[in-house]
Amino acid sequence: MRIKAKIIDEIGLTRTVTRLAHEIIEKNKGSENIAIIGMRTRGEFLAKRIHKKISEIDGSQPELGVLDVTLYRDDFRMRLKQPEVSVTDIAFDVNEKNLILVDDVLYTGRTVRAALDALMDLGRPNSIQFCVLVDRGHREMPIVADFVGKNIPTSINEEVKVKMKEIDSEDAVYLVESPNN
Amino acid sequence: MPLSSRHLLGLQGVPKEDIQLILDTATTFREVLERPIKKVPTLQGKTICNLFFENSTRTRLSFELAQKRLSADTINFTKSGSSASKGETFKDTVKNIEAMKVDMIVVRHESSGVPHYLTRISNANIINAGDGRHEHPTQALLDMYSIRERLGKIDGLKVCIVGDIAHSRVALSNIYGLISLGAKVSLCGPATMIPKDIQRLGVTITHNIDEAIANNDVLNVLRIQLERKAGTNIPTLREYHNYFGITSERIKKNNPDVLILHPGPINRGVELSSEVADGPFQIILDQVTNGVAIRMAVLYLLGTRP
Repeated sequence: MRIKAKIIDEIGLTRTVTRLAHEIIEKNKGSENIAIIGMRTRGEFLAKRIHKKISEIDGSQPELGVLDVTLYRDDFRMRLKQPEVSVTDIAFDVNEKNLILVDDVLYTGRTVRAALDALMDLGRPNSIQFCVLVDRGHREMPIVADFVGKNIPTSINEEVKVKMKEIDSEDAVYLVESPNN
Repeated sequence: MPLSSRHLLGLQGVPKEDIQLILDTATTFREVLERPIKKVPTLQGKTICNLFFENSTRTRLSFELAQKRLSADTINFTKSGSSASKGETFKDTVKNIEAMKVDMIVVRHESSGVPHYLTRISNANIINAGDGRHEHPTQALLDMYSIRERLGKIDGLKVCIVGDIAHSRVALSNIYGLISLGAKVSLCGPATMIPKDIQRLGVTITHNIDEAIANNDVLNVLRIQLERKAGTNIPTLREYHNYFGITSERIKKNNPDVLILHPGPINRGVELSSEVADGPFQIILDQVTNGVAIRMAVLYLLGTRP
């Protein structure tokens, strides 16, 4: 796998998280009725960082949850590998909440489609807003993010790799050549 | 990693990793069962046939619920009221059901080995829901899940299976599974109900229920199976209860920390006193809830296996 460019470094990632936190508070006119939901795996850590930043900014403690969308995927019949399921951990009532769904990369939009179905099975939120660190284009579903860390135009032969210290050795975002080529 | 086999016929010879994968996956589905909408779309488009040649309440309902909660289509076959009572052979029945394009078959039969035979005449994934006195793997898996949920582990635990071992498929599946995950397994019951040479599977035997309660972390108490003529192996049910029945007094005297499991249906006043069956030492209804999650895990892992 050949690295083509480092798009975001550690300081850049911290700044982006700070901006996203401010934008979420601005759009929702505070953080009173919001809940933040990270999508496994790296979306979970990103959500935790945004959550921490929001509490630093206005002293609030919004609800925080983790969503696993494996059971809602649309590609079970096509995959050569069985996806690993893990547990959804949303210990609060989503009804009437403004949910902020957080993921690392927005690409085809199929994972977000699965996440919307998964969230609807948990109740009837007031709204669902989508926050993503990197939007790399090539959508296959009519989905747009509300909060975008960085727009990165990519070719279909490239991949965006997000690294986070919680499970990787560093904080960074790389543009790499797809290993399938 | 997917399961190593495309069928679940028993726990004999199943790799430890497979058992752990099923238990871990069941945790995911346990969470789904707590939701307001207890259904996920994962097995949409899959058709599953429940082929029950023998009576069952818990297992059949549990499998059917698990299938519906995964959004699979289900069809149910029971022996009574079917063409089997008109003399159709088992093989013909299965071939006809398969011609309706069935992806998976859950089978219960009074003869041991029927699920294995099915794998030879059908292309569907086969799940054993109890065959004769051979195995009942999903029951053992849900027993292990329930023990792990309560005590945090299986490895190193001392588990005693109490009762009619000779007629029990639950006992055999539990022995294979528990030993595979590192538990020390013993058996307790009258000598007439414990098969000769069963020690070869790596279990120890006692005939004293007080010792069994005192020396174990968990007792998995089996039902005296009157429909399998268990009555010929013991003088009377009352005598069985006097020697092997589990009562609150016995638990309090020997080991108040012991955990009691029972696969159901309970013969109250025989293997368990009513006080124990409803009391604080048992997790019998947790086992039933966990059974749905375990069966969802097995159906998911087999149904989405590449």
